[in-house]
Amino acid sequence: MPHAISPEPTTEPSDAVLPDAPASDAPSDPADMSGDDTAAPVLGAAESDKENRLEDMFDTDSDDDEFSSSAAKAEPSTTKPAQSGKFSDPGIMKAFYQRLFPYRQLFQWLNHSPVPTIDFKHREFAFTLSNDAYIRYESFASADLLRKQCIELLPSRFEIGPVYSTNPRERKTLRKKSAFRPLAKELVFDIDMTDYDEIRTCCTGAQICPKCWSFITMAVKVVDVALRDDFGFKHILWVYSGRRGAHAWVCDRRAREMDDQKRRSVAGYLELLKGGDGRGKKVNIKRPLHPHLQRSLKILRAHFQTDILAEQNPWEEDEKAAHLLDLLPDKALTAALRKKWDSAPHRASTSKWADIDALAATGVADKLDATQLKEAKQDILLEYTYPRLDAEVSKKLNHLLKSPFCVHPGTGRVCVPIDVAKVEDFDPFEVPTVTQLLDQIDEWDKEHVKAEEGEAENDEAGGAGKEQEKEKKLQDWEKTNLRPYVEYFRSFVNELLKDEKTAKREREEGGDPMEF
Amino acid sequence: MIRQDFGLRVDPKRRSNLSAKQRQWGEPEWQQQDYAHRLNFYTVPPTADISLEEFEEWAIARLKVLSELESCAFRNRSPEETATYMAPILEKHLPLHSNSSRSSTLQGERKKDHFSHFILRLAFSSTEDLRKRYARLETQLFRLRYKDDDTRERQAFIDSCDDLKWEKVGDEEKRELSQELKDATPGGLGPGRRFEDESWFKVDWERVPELVESRRVFLKRGMAYVPSREQSSLVVAEFTRRLDQALELTARAIPRLDEDDRLTPILHHLSQSFTAPDTAYSTADALPGTLQPHAANIDSLSQHFPLCMSHLHKTLRQNSHLKHFGRLQYTLFLKGLGLSLEDCIIFWRKSFRLITDEKFAKEYRYNIRHSYGDVGGDANRRGRGYTPYSCQKLLTEALPGPGQAHGCPYRTFSPDNLIPLLQGMGVQDQSVLKGVREDVGKQRYHIACNRVFEYAHKKEIKRAKDDFGWGIAELDTISHPNTYFKRSFMLKHLGEEVPKGEKMDTD
Ligand SMILES: [Zn+2]
Repeated sequence: MPHAISPEPTTEPSDAVLPDAPASDAPSDPADMSGDDTAAPVLGAAESDKENRLEDMFDTDSDDDEFSSSAAKAEPSTTKPAQSGKFSDPGIMKAFYQRLFPYRQLFQWLNHSPVPTIDFKHREFAFTLSNDAYIRYESFASADLLRKQCIELLPSRFEIGPVYSTNPRERKTLRKKSAFRPLAKELVFDIDMTDYDEIRTCCTGAQICPKCWSFITMAVKVVDVALRDDFGFKHILWVYSGRRGAHAWVCDRRAREMDDQKRRSVAGYLELLKGGDGRGKKVNIKRPLHPHLQRSLKILRAHFQTDILAEQNPWEEDEKAAHLLDLLPDKALTAALRKKWDSAPHRASTSKWADIDALAATGVADKLDATQLKEAKQDILLEYTYPRLDAEVSKKLNHLLKSPFCVHPGTGRVCVPIDVAKVEDFDPFEVPTVTQLLDQIDEWDKEHVKAEEGEAENDEAGGAGKEQEKEKKLQDWEKTNLRPYVEYFRSFVNELLKDEKTAKREREEGGDPMEF
Repeated sequence: MIRQDFGLRVDPKRRSNLSAKQRQWGEPEWQQQDYAHRLNFYTVPPTADISLEEFEEWAIARLKVLSELESCAFRNRSPEETATYMAPILEKHLPLHSNSSRSSTLQGERKKDHFSHFILRLAFSSTEDLRKRYARLETQLFRLRYKDDDTRERQAFIDSCDDLKWEKVGDEEKRELSQELKDATPGGLGPGRRFEDESWFKVDWERVPELVESRRVFLKRGMAYVPSREQSSLVVAEFTRRLDQALELTARAIPRLDEDDRLTPILHHLSQSFTAPDTAYSTADALPGTLQPHAANIDSLSQHFPLCMSHLHKTLRQNSHLKHFGRLQYTLFLKGLGLSLEDCIIFWRKSFRLITDEKFAKEYRYNIRHSYGDVGGDANRRGRGYTPYSCQKLLTEALPGPGQAHGCPYRTFSPDNLIPLLQGMGVQDQSVLKGVREDVGKQRYHIACNRVFEYAHKKEIKRAKDDFGWGIAELDTISHPNTYFKRSFMLKHLGEEVPKGEKMDTD
């Protein structure tokens, strides 16, 4: 059974033309004709965008890195190559972009209004093609034109950048370079499991399992509450990155308009762990603990006993236990602990953690400073649980980040939104893959054709026609497990649009405090 | 437009005078502005008459002060050292006394300060780089003056500015949030200070990004609760914010300015003397004037080179030759160090041991001179030759072919060859090498280079931070080989006073 691939654009499903598409088939702006803008940029990309390439290299989304051409050599992927090849099959990608990708919701999300505004029209999109060519500074006058481009190029993924002061496609024609500058973009965060590799014992590299996914869950909880309660942001979209991480898009207008300095200060506020993979102490915080850290500690403590001590068992090995001892104060106490653990190899981390207080209580260390020990234990807890953000991603207004609902080329999973209210229940292994979704469309169509035939036989003249029409209106994603994710996204976007409308009205009435 | 707002215009009949323009919004008393405070937010443009000589002289005086301030940053002077160093310079070029000094020149000093600020604002608003640099230096100057201002006069100044009147946290809210407010104060309230005596302001967090970044304020629903003792950073932040905005406006108005007057060449000259040849490479990355490198000390300096340049240097020493692109990359780097053209030619002549003088003169000399802008077309000479390559440039060039050594080794070498190269440089730490491997695997070549730098200068960086007040600005991510060199050199010579004229081949 072949997958649900529409034969040719002429027979595209009826939902293909989006409500926000221009009235006629031909785009009003000739510069946006696909004949012009598909071939040329591919050739021109390497040459024309030299000045931006360095930035691109620095800014790559590490979650996908093992699939870029040169990095792939360095680190063998853990997924079977045959499988990863399957997901980037052009036929599959074509069906995905034709039938499943929720362009309309994406458009509304970025556009903040029902009719196309510069928020969408001047927004940079960047495409990574299956041959690893990278095309930057694409932009689209409507969701429909974005859709056309996706179907034409079949990118393995595409990224979303900032809204620019002028149309990114026209940046070369500007006389003054300064006329082309980034104006706004969501504040973004990237949490990736690679940053946890030194404390993760269950898996390595690109692999994840439910045990280590809890690192991401913890990070989402801590960052989300800080963004809401401390910074006052309301519209935060969390997105599964398709393999082993999550992205956050803070979409409030106030966040979108932040300059680099403000982005840096939010990132700095949230950043806690310093230092690389060495054995040194990574948490160096003064007391009293800042309210944000106290709250984080409270959230994380609930996970520490189970998700870290029991599941990760991080100090089972002698070498790892030595690191734990390094982090504790008082020589007498650490000596006593070392002695105890030496006599019981592979003692579980839960027991080792309990040993600390137990031995301290016996008075082996007569000079022990109880406060110092308590603080050291807090620091250790934070080192093993506190979010590890790829802060560079957050600091730059013009940083690009992979769009929600792209397909991860390695896993085939769709980068779906995560409902933060239910983040504990989110299971990355339940996220549908592109092939599953296409099967589900086929499945649905088959069943419904059957049902129709059955109905037609039973009731030649009855209400079947009506019923049929209703079903025809279903969009393909509605026939699949993608449905709840798109619906969640839609409600998220609706909330955002509501606020934008109020803000716009207030601005028009001259009462917006954000404008000077 | 701005110049009209600025109130300055050349009067053809009074050749050496600039007359104030009658402006519809100009209150009569503004003609003789009265400066009640020593500090100035420069929100109101000056309106009085000054001569063309004063115009230029005052601007140059302020420029001198700003340049000295900038050099303090390059030399990593602490705030206290800077204040000590700057005191006589300020007294000489731009004195500004307090009301309590009862100086008879008080109004004159303040007028000069006021005018010179606005003149330089015009001169430096043309490009974003200049604007940023000007705003940064003016902020430093303001901060310096703010700090040494008389406490009571400072408060009077703050009270006179409407924008600086921040909302005070009321008693009830203060009580409610008492724990949070205490906990958000780094190190607690301090000995002998009672919570009841402290007060807090409430502002949008965007107004105090630095305090937010370092978690020195309590945040709630987008508001930052700022302890009154942090008020100075709020005032300084407000100063910067206004200046940034004003510069932006000036920049937009500049193209509409009348070209045909005598201010334009002066303004142009002022900004020229402040402009670096290229934004990517700042002459600040050359060594201070007294530490000029010369043909004979490159070997000893090469210990401070980033991998890309030390690799070229080693290859040159091994083969007594470098191919074209390597030569170009290395020559420009040396030029960026401050090596003179003459010394650069001597350096290459001596390094190419195996060829004759004649061959050298014929095939190589010209290229070196060309890189320095000594020969070539007008544009090349005017631009003083090519700019030293940045990391970005090196990372986007075509990969070197066999026998070529140019480019960034983090990119051009396979990891298996890169690691031994680094080990040869003395990087033995396994975690660093592992980190480099990962960086390179992720194509984050410059991060790898920065990682190696931080490892190789670990001790010095700590010292620089602890004892010399180096901050983020001095230790930001390196993205230019010449910055790498400069920083390495400065770090290895922390706190050394290098006497004038001493050459640096002593290390
Ligand atoms: Zn795992």
